[in-house]
Amino acid sequence: MNPVPLQGYIWLSLALFMTGVFGFLTRRSIILMFLSIEVMLNAVNLSLVAFSHFLNDLRGQVLVLFVITVAASEAAIGLAILVSLFRNRATAQIDKISEMKG
Amino acid sequence: MNPYLFGYLAAAIVGLSAVALTRKNPVHAVLLMIVMFFHLAVLYLGLGAEFLAAVQIIVYAGAIMVLFLFVIMMLNIKEEIEGERFTGGWPLGISLASGLFLLLIIMTGNVLPGQQGIYTAQVIASQTDTKALGSVLYTQYIFPFELASLVLLVAVVGAIVLAKKKLR
Repeated sequence: MNPVPLQGYIWLSLALFMTGVFGFLTRRSIILMFLSIEVMLNAVNLSLVAFSHFLNDLRGQVLVLFVITVAASEAAIGLAILVSLFRNRATAQIDKISEMKG
Repeated sequence: MNPYLFGYLAAAIVGLSAVALTRKNPVHAVLLMIVMFFHLAVLYLGLGAEFLAAVQIIVYAGAIMVLFLFVIMMLNIKEEIEGERFTGGWPLGISLASGLFLLLIIMTGNVLPGQQGIYTAQVIASQTDTKALGSVLYTQYIFPFELASLVLLVAVVGAIVLAKKKLR
């Protein structure tokens, strides 16, 4: 059927997810952190589609649709917060935003 | 899917996202991410998910990334281009990410697939992926589907309220 085994898709998804984790933990720019979150969500989508294909079950693809919905909402809300933050502080660097620090 | 095509797509997806997330200029990062999403859509096509491949291009590459570009346009990115790319804790970040990666590779070494469903490739091919997905989505998952529209409504209202200049 498919010469590439399920394992290959899972490992690709893991590598993509870890790229996102690395970007999220290390970048200073909030925009790049949001992009890292998108990469992580896409990695999860990829593993769900792969499982859906290999288990002959469409529920994985239904779940991917919901993940895309939530990702779109998250991007809209997050970028709106970023815009209002930038209006008040004129910076998008996380280490310059430290009002909440104890 | 052809193993060579899979190898190319895997290398391109991981490489493009790694390059995108280390760019200094956020505009370059977003453009590279769009290329990465197109590669992911090809991968979805190979997995028999045509509808999701279309959604991936329309929603991710077409809508979300354009939203990012608009926001970058509104912000002053001069400071970001001149400043440091990474926080001081980047060695910790890279070691955490690679440690977690190794751990998960070991953990997923022998995945046992669960119970097989009824939607085999033949069944999906006989009624097309979009129709099969719709028949599952609009019968078994109608309530979560309605909830998803509520989530989108909250996101629209929230984004407008948050980005508004002054609340009276």
